[in-house]
Parts: sequence; structure tokens; C-alpha cells
Amino acid sequence: MPLRQSPIDNPQFSVSGLKAWYGKTLVLKGIEMQIPTGGVTAIIGPSGCGKSTFIRCLNRMHEIVPGARVEGSIVLEGQDINHPNVDPARLRRKVGMVFQKPNPFPTMTIRENVLAGLRLTKTSSKSNDAQIVERALRQAALWDEVKDELNKLGSGLSGGQQQRLCIARALAVDPDVILMDEPCSALDPIATARIEDLIHSLRENYTIVIVTHNMQQAARVSDRTAFFLMGELIEFNDTDSIFTKPTKQQTDEYITGKFG
Amino acid sequence: MYRTGVEKWEKAFIGLCLFAVLVPLAMLFVLLADVVMDGAGRLTWSFLTSLPSRKAELAGIKPALVGSIYLIGLTGAFAVPVGIGAAIYLEEYGGDNWLTRLIEVNIANLAGVPSIIYGLLGLEIFVRFANFGQSLMSGALTLALLILPIIIVASREALATVPNGLREGCYALGSTKWQAIRQVVVPMALPGMLTGSILAISRAIGETAPLIAIGALTYVTFLPDGPMSPFTALPIQIFNWVSRPQPEFVINAAAGIMVLMAILLMFNALAIYLRQKYQRRS
Ligand SMILES: Nc1ncnc2c1ncn2[C@@H]1O[C@H](COP(=O)(O)OP(=O)(O)OP(=O)(O)O)[C@@H](O)[C@H]1O
Ligand SMILES: [Mg+2]
Repeated sequence: MPLRQSPIDNPQFSVSGLKAWYGKTLVLKGIEMQIPTGGVTAIIGPSGCGKSTFIRCLNRMHEIVPGARVEGSIVLEGQDINHPNVDPARLRRKVGMVFQKPNPFPTMTIRENVLAGLRLTKTSSKSNDAQIVERALRQAALWDEVKDELNKLGSGLSGGQQQRLCIARALAVDPDVILMDEPCSALDPIATARIEDLIHSLRENYTIVIVTHNMQQAARVSDRTAFFLMGELIEFNDTDSIFTKPTKQQTDEYITGKFG
Repeated sequence: MYRTGVEKWEKAFIGLCLFAVLVPLAMLFVLLADVVMDGAGRLTWSFLTSLPSRKAELAGIKPALVGSIYLIGLTGAFAVPVGIGAAIYLEEYGGDNWLTRLIEVNIANLAGVPSIIYGLLGLEIFVRFANFGQSLMSGALTLALLILPIIIVASREALATVPNGLREGCYALGSTKWQAIRQVVVPMALPGMLTGSILAISRAIGETAPLIAIGALTYVTFLPDGPMSPFTALPIQIFNWVSRPQPEFVINAAAGIMVLMAILLMFNALAIYLRQKYQRRS
């Protein structure tokens, strides 16, 4: 039985009856979820439960996989994003994404990487490029480390710096939402701490949805936590409540480490 | 703790492999040394800048050299854009249906078809049907067909090495598929595509059979004045000289081979340089 959540004011995403397939395999089995605007929403759950698939539905990255398909509705700003009139490219400028493995563009310099979203879509105006680069890198807490080497290749940075560069790149196109799929899982603890601080500073101005395998991380960075299990949303509540007094037995078993 | 005797067989096998490498290398070296000894004395500036002649001492390779350069330029101009375009289509847009699989299998097989067959095809299509005659144009189009499969296969391999995460990175920034291909995927694959193209072109430089099949001339005392001009090329000139009975002409042929080898080595060096230069990046 799908989880029912009482309606909330001004949700960023209203997801209802969301099903997602890879070929014939159903991996999301009817998700009902309202993601509030602003703050950090964490998604936890055991491997293979559909966390990545779920957030990739939120910016229509799911449909890029050959044979992948969705059903149900995801309403963003009063508009179902899967409506045929919605341009997925424009949606993705509103709903940015940071991946598990840092993926700066290897042929581009640091500056070009930050501007990549604007250049790719030909919306860069040249005149305020310098401001955009500085602002995005400052927001991503990378400016001080790279301000003197903006013309070096982005692939020369450390893993943690590359990931912050990818966050800067996502911020430069001025999105409302940033989706992050295990953004720290390829990083060491110090680089992870820096990204967590960064997420904390971004929560004021953006809606952040972060998938994480690390429950401490979810507890540290998020305001709300959703627990997924085998393609279903089991429980969604304030992070404090989820970790201190979960209402579902499966949630309790998962957070106390009985499985997963 | 004790040796089992397996290493002995291992050593013997490695020795055998080494032998298998050294034999052809040694033969190649002997061949080259022989050519150089025959031809080095003949390789003068006037040899490069003279027209062919009935007198071996006066004969030069100018029309063949110029013809080869034009031919290769035209061949590259036809084959490289088409080959890279086809590779981008097959790799990025082709999808996975029976049609693209059929095309793939055919391209892989075409790369192995003997070049004389391409020559006969070129004779039928370009020389006769399109009525380009025995011109540079016919020669270049024929050679372009010959190297197209090689360029396509090499370019597809280069595109396939571009990590999918980069394409997704582009989409996540709101780019369309074409924008991602043009600005991220192709720039990354370009060194590999160029290396493949250069090696393919260097194969075309040495091709003789298809040019003979389309009827390229063997005795030319003028320079080509445009794509529709009759022409000769280095391998044909060499072929012509070695088939003469007089030993002086065979020496000319050796000198011609040295020129051809020098051009081939230059192309290969360029390909290696490109590969080295861009390898570190990624
Ligand atoms: N490209 C794909 N093709 C086919 N099946 C897929 C594909 N990607 C994921 N799946 C399947 O869909 C299910 C959900 O995968 P998903 O990647 O969303 O899980 P996840 O919760 O993100 O797991 P993890 O924590 O390991 O990242 C899994 O069973 C997986 O095997
Ligand atoms: Mg995942």
C-alpha cells in the first residue's frame, strides 16, 4: 500500500503514482511523494531500491536510458514535467544534477567547465561570463583554490575539487533544484566534509535532493529523509523523526543496520 | 618451494615469440637497406623536380609526386568528413536495431575487401558511369571508398571511448544531444578520429592496384591542372620503372620507393605525435 502524505503548501515536486521501468523490469512501483521547496531532502535505502532511478525521473534523465519508461505524474510549478509539451532540456536547466563520479569535461578548462551549461546551450552572453564564473565558484567553495588557474584543465583537479567544480557548473545555469546522486561516495572524508558544508550553505537558496548510502551523512545534511525499499517509498519525514522514532518497522530495521 | 620446470617452458615460449618478431623485422630491414643502397645515389633534387624521360638518368618523379599529393588531398577531403560523419551517426544516433547492425557488419567486412575490387568499382562508377574519366577525381573517389570503412571503424572506436558520464553531464546541464556531441564528445574523440584518418590516408598513398584498375596513366610528362586532369602517382611510377628491363630504371624505382617511404613515415609520425599529445588528457 503506497504511503499517503497529507498535502503540503507549495511543494517543489508533487509526485504521484510514479512508476519507472527499465525495459520490462518495474523498478519504481507507484511513488507518492511531495518534496517541499527549499532545504535538503535525503533519500536513503539499500542498494538497488531505486533511489537513483527516482531522482533521475525528477529531471527526466531516466528516459535517456534505452528502453526506459515512466508513468504517473511529477508536477513542478503546476506543470507535469512528463507532458509532451515540456522540453526536457529546459527542465534540466531548472533541475540540475550532480553525479556520483565527478565528471568535469576533460577538454575544457576550469572556466570553460563552469560556463559549459551556458555555452552548450548558447545562452552565454560573454559580457558577464567573468562574474558568473566567480559567483558559481564562490558558491561551490572552490574560488579561493582555483582563482589563479582558471585556464588550466578541470581534469587536473583533485577528486573533491572536481566534484565542487561539477557543483559550480550546475549552479552556473541558475537552477531552482539540485539533484545529487551519492556526490561523496568517490571522495575521502575531508573532501566529503567540504561537500557537506557546501550543501549546508546551498540549502537556503535551492531545493536539494540528495541520495546517500551513508546514514550519518543523511542525518548531518538533511532536513527530511525518505526511506525507499524495493521500489517503494516506505517512510518520509523530518530527518530527526526518521532516525529517532521511525514509524515503520522496515525503516527501523534499516537504520539500525539489521539489513541493507 | 622447488622449481617445477614450468618456467623452462615459459622461457622457451617467450624465446619463440621473440624469434617470430625478429624474423620479419630483419627481413624488412634487409629490404629497406637494399632499396637505400640502390637508390640513395639517385635521390637528388633534380630527381624530385624532373619530368619522366626515356633516358633513365634524366627521369624524375615530379608529376608522380605532385599527382600523389593532389590525390591524397582530394581523397582525404572526401573520405574524412564522410567517414567521421558516418561514425557519429552510427555510434551516437544509430540505436540498436537490425538495420544498424547490418550496416555495422558490412562496414567491418568492407575494410577487408581487396583493393582491386574497389578499383573495378571505381572504374564502373566514377570513370564510366559518372563520366569523370581517368582523372584525379575518379582516383580520389575510388581511394576514398577504399579507406572509408577504416576511418569509420577507427572513429567509432574513438567515440566509444568517451565515457557516458560526460554525455549525461551535458544533458543534465540542459544541452541537446547534438550540442553534447559537438562540444564535448567530438572534441574528446577528435585525436583518435584524426589518428585513424591519417593512418587510413597513409594506406591510400601506397595503393597501386585500384589506380591501375581505373586506368591512371603510367607515363605523364605534365602536372595535373585540376581535379579532372589525367594523372599519375608515385606507386604507379615506381611500378612502371620496375617493370622496365634496363637496370638504370630499377635504380630510379628504388629512389622513388625511398620518397614514398619518407612520405609514409611522415604521416605515421604525425599520427603518433597526435596520439601522444592528447593521450595525457582524460
Ligand atoms: N540502466 C539500467 N538498465 C537496467 N536495469 C537497471 C538500470 N539501472 C538500474 N537498473 C535496475 O533498477 C533497479 C534500481 O536501480 P537504481 O540504480 O535506481 O538503484 P539505487 O537505489 O540507486 O542503488 P545504488 O544504491 O546501488 O545506487 C536495480 O535493480 C537495478 O538493477
Ligand atoms: Mg544509485
